[in-house]
Amino acid sequence: MDSGFAGAGLDPRPRLSRDAAMLGGMALLLAAVAALWMFQGLGQGNRSFLLGLRGAKLAALVTVAVAGGVSTILFQTVAANRVLTPSIMGFDALYVLLQSGLVVALGGAGFVGLPPAAKFTAEVAAMTALAALLFGTLLLKGARDLPKMILTGVILGVLFRSVSGFLGRVLDPNEFAVVQSVSFASFNRVDVTLLPWAVAATALAVAAAWRMSAILDVLALGRDPAVSLGLRHRAAVLAVLTLVAVLVSVSTALVGPVAFFGLILAGLAHGLMRTSRHALLLPAAGLSGAILLVGGQWLFERLLSQAATLSVVVEFAGGLFFLFLLLKGRIR
Amino acid sequence: MIQIDGVSHRIGGAPILHDISTRLPQGKLTALIGPNGAGKSTLLRLVGRLEPLQAGRITVAGHDVATTPTDRLARVMAILGQQTAIASRLRLSELVAFGRWPHHKGRPGSVDRAKVTEALDAFALTPLAGRFLDEVSGGQAQRAHIAMAVAQDTDWLLLDEPLNNLDMAHARALMRRLRAMVDGGRSVGMVVHEINYAAAWADHVIAMKNGRVVAQGPAGSVLTEDLLSDLYDTPIQIGEHRGRPLVLHHC
Repeated sequence: MDSGFAGAGLDPRPRLSRDAAMLGGMALLLAAVAALWMFQGLGQGNRSFLLGLRGAKLAALVTVAVAGGVSTILFQTVAANRVLTPSIMGFDALYVLLQSGLVVALGGAGFVGLPPAAKFTAEVAAMTALAALLFGTLLLKGARDLPKMILTGVILGVLFRSVSGFLGRVLDPNEFAVVQSVSFASFNRVDVTLLPWAVAATALAVAAAWRMSAILDVLALGRDPAVSLGLRHRAAVLAVLTLVAVLVSVSTALVGPVAFFGLILAGLAHGLMRTSRHALLLPAAGLSGAILLVGGQWLFERLLSQAATLSVVVEFAGGLFFLFLLLKGRIR
Repeated sequence: MIQIDGVSHRIGGAPILHDISTRLPQGKLTALIGPNGAGKSTLLRLVGRLEPLQAGRITVAGHDVATTPTDRLARVMAILGQQTAIASRLRLSELVAFGRWPHHKGRPGSVDRAKVTEALDAFALTPLAGRFLDEVSGGQAQRAHIAMAVAQDTDWLLLDEPLNNLDMAHARALMRRLRAMVDGGRSVGMVVHEINYAAAWADHVIAMKNGRVVAQGPAGSVLTEDLLSDLYDTPIQIGEHRGRPLVLHHC
């Protein structure tokens, strides 16, 4: 999967091993944080029950983190832009709209009564189809300029949010409470019933993205160079957007929409890695996300006893961190 | 040979090319000349399948650009469009290494590394190989892009205004390099604005104006006072220097 570097003029090896060492360090840190999460303050009581509970939540947090990081890197590669995220394009707004639509169609009780696995699978499929249709149509229409596509996405995102908002207003308060619970991010209330499905979908999508990492490197050059190098550009862009749709659906289904999170992870990955190779960027984004979420949730849940909300702090700290990187000139 | 038959093209309703039929001969350095808006870049981009063909047919060394798989075309021709900024943070050596992608698809071997080293060396980029693209000048970045296209090591090399941003010394070095490639059996097609580079180095010239080919042929037969004066709508004198035409257009 060595696509980016050449042994020319300088030996690429020291740089590679430095990045590999960084990834190894991050993996160790994640293991430490995960151990802390699992075993800290376990007490003498019902250990297996508590471990099961904590394990499920750990898996959910890691899944959300990996999905958020990888989807943002993928999206930024396709958009050739370091400031955009899937949520800016309205991916998660579309998911929330889908939920609101279901509540309106089936009623609050009917919505809650749906078998979660089937509902989740159908939603992911619908999201993927809609995203591919939407952006596929835009691409096939010859609107090859991504700025236009992104503007369309921003406007669609606003539209989706407005329609969800409108549906929220016409619902009765009980049903609105159901919608509300899926429209706001919370790392405390993780939907554990979906977990096996979410983990499986994320694992598949991330594996596919990893396999594509050499193609992603070429895609990141922009359209003209990618076409010149013989990449089937349109097919590659559609494939990447499909993966993004799957990952955003998973993350939104588990914890709700998180706007700034992916942006931090992509910024972190680009800042920590001295390379543009996706084979290293993707794991870096996933690992830093998992460390941040598991560590942060441990801090807020156990030490600060929920005195503050992680999702709010993540967004706030993310904004500050992003500005810092921006001012340091690490992100363009 | 690149054969272009009956190619017309519109961009957003505006006609850019009108029924172009021409050819770029094999084993020659072909210069596309003409005033701004003549359609030179569009024609080159159509040949390089950077734009989809709307009408007509183009073949490159027998490969129809509309139907041949794009990765196969990438081993027959390399095209460098006018440079746009790249979002990834890349070192020059990494950028040039991408030129080998059509051959190795992500798994470079020793041949690929050798070709990259050679291309970096040929464009005097070896001392800059470890620098990031945003840490070098426009001309140095332009040379790196050209080196990437050259590292692709194809029979056909298409360049859209490659002399942009290059100083005199590097412009001449590039032309000499292209000349050597052509003498070694490759074929080059390039859009040239500075007419004297065409006069000094091109074998074959295609002159375009308003989306049509006005003249084509050996450099000596196209670069005449009457033809160039008409082409650019401005009086032009032609002298001679070392047996090649020298276009005097500065005063």
